[in-house]
Amino acid sequence: METFFQQIINGLVLGSMYALVALGYTMVYGIINLINFAHGEVLMVGALTSWTVVSLLADTGMPGWLMMLISLLVAIVVCATLNFAIEKLAYKRLRTAPRLAPLITAMGMSLLLQTLAMIIWKPNPKPYPLLLPTEPINLGGPVISVTQCLILGLTAVILATLMWLVNRTKLGRAMRATAENPRVATLMGVRPDMVISATFIIGAALAAVAGVMWAANYGTVQHSMGFLPGLKAFTAAVLGGIGNLAGAVVGGILLGLVEAIGAGYLGELTGGVLGSHYADIFAFVALILVLTLRPQGLLGERVADRA
Amino acid sequence: MKNKMVMFLLAAIALIALPLFAQQFGQGWVRIMALALLYVLLALGLNIVVGYAGLLDLGYVAFYAVGAYMYALLASPHLSENFAWIASMFPNGLHAPVWIIVPLAALLAATAGVLLGTPVLKLRGDYLAIVTLGFGEIIRVFLNNLEQPVNITNGPRGLDRIDGMHLFGLDFGKALMIGDFRIPSVTMYYYLFLFLVVFSVIICHRLETSRIGRAWMAIREDEIAAKAMGINTRNMKLLAFGMGASFGGISGAMFAAFQGFVSPESFSLMESVMIVAMIVLGGLGHIPGVILGAVMLSALPEVLRYVAGPLQQLTGGRLDASILRQLLIALAMIGIMLSRPRGLWPSPEHGKAAPAPLPKPAG
Repeated sequence: METFFQQIINGLVLGSMYALVALGYTMVYGIINLINFAHGEVLMVGALTSWTVVSLLADTGMPGWLMMLISLLVAIVVCATLNFAIEKLAYKRLRTAPRLAPLITAMGMSLLLQTLAMIIWKPNPKPYPLLLPTEPINLGGPVISVTQCLILGLTAVILATLMWLVNRTKLGRAMRATAENPRVATLMGVRPDMVISATFIIGAALAAVAGVMWAANYGTVQHSMGFLPGLKAFTAAVLGGIGNLAGAVVGGILLGLVEAIGAGYLGELTGGVLGSHYADIFAFVALILVLTLRPQGLLGERVADRA
Repeated sequence: MKNKMVMFLLAAIALIALPLFAQQFGQGWVRIMALALLYVLLALGLNIVVGYAGLLDLGYVAFYAVGAYMYALLASPHLSENFAWIASMFPNGLHAPVWIIVPLAALLAATAGVLLGTPVLKLRGDYLAIVTLGFGEIIRVFLNNLEQPVNITNGPRGLDRIDGMHLFGLDFGKALMIGDFRIPSVTMYYYLFLFLVVFSVIICHRLETSRIGRAWMAIREDEIAAKAMGINTRNMKLLAFGMGASFGGISGAMFAAFQGFVSPESFSLMESVMIVAMIVLGGLGHIPGVILGAVMLSALPEVLRYVAGPLQQLTGGRLDASILRQLLIALAMIGIMLSRPRGLWPSPEHGKAAPAPLPKPAG
């Protein structure tokens, strides 16, 4: 039973990071119908930027949490700028192009960011320093680290802010209107370029936060670290119903839980035939199952035939 | 017409004579050419799926892997060494003939393609891209881990001691002597791949102008309209998917025979992206374009090898040949999509050849 609760905690932590990335996918998809393949790479850039900032600040002797906060802010700014530039340079011109063109461009962009990161930061994996107290908090059996606490808390705050932003502000209303019908939104005085840029910036900021969390939680950063989280976060977005914000959160947390519990019990259940290294394929199996049984996702509307 | 025939003959003679000429400079050159032909084969297969039917398949390398492992398992001592019952059935080791393995590899890959395609093909194309990408990863995870509790794929170490090709009494693993003239093993593989490529080009060309090919292109251009014209879009898409996959399976089997060794490393996502990049770069749905793209991108690393040395010193080891190649591929993918979305050598557009405007009457 103790393992079970421990895996639930791990799953929630993993799931909140997926949720943050999935929100970026789902917002972009909701507005311009593009799977932004490069989104996982934005997470990677956030993590590596934060690593650089932390390494630079390491000798100043400031407390760990302050270093982390500064690096987080720098990462958010860098990622937001990057994603803004990507949209303007690569995706904007392809808005009316046939569907394959932006998708292939996004794939190329993902490859480009990975390669550039490999050139800038060198390909070897780098240890991310422990900035927060490492003493785990005992919850009567299962334990939770300070970093994990922080991840859960921060995710909750961010989600609440995002919900407020989307549902209560003028920008949020413009975003929802553009997602629903870009042409009519334009007629109502919404500037689509502005809304799309805002969406990319917000998505990048969320991915940057997730990237720093990922680095702090797993303690290593590398140019290829963005691929799997990105792919799984997209799965989470589809799982919850792409284009739906609440769905992305639900899908992310669900996927995190399934993965953590699956990895913990798979070996026992199958009598050692399938070990925990198969954890990575849960996401894809879940994706195929969802697409077969409920293509619109758990909370989603029908998007299959939207032309 | 006569000119065309002459051109064809000249090209054929050049392609046949090329390796005999190149092997004077070392077999490495023939090897590069043979691998380029293998990539052409893969690109032609993926072109059916992406180019004709407009379905973005990002896990194409999975079918390649299925074919390669199929060949490797059925034509190497691995299975009979690890399973007593197979060893007792085939005391000399399992060396299945090519005529069984290759069709089996094609069939298995096609089945995998159809099974994978069935749940997702009725959805939007974007989903297909992600699911196929995930499928590619699943296959790789399995190849890497299926050594416990029973050793099937030998994990990351891969399978070796794979038999070479045997066709019509010819052993492709050994050099062939015709009188005093020696044709090394690599050159024989070159001819085999050349034959397969020519055969595939004919198949693709016939497909393109057939009812099936036109149905695929109709689906690519406008699925709803295609449906309204009475095309069974689901079956047609599945057919494209299965057919592309079987090309991948056959190429995989050829790869295993050619290399004599397979490991999961050869079937990474990067490889899938490479093949997509080849057909996008060359010209989606246009056979000469696809061939051009495949040859260009597969020869690129060899060319880069000569530039990479000085460049590596100049940048303090940050840029080596493989990174440079990746960088160029990424830039090419983005640049081509933005500036020449239809590729370097696109197919002529149908139905847009409006009659030239009449010259204005003078005065």
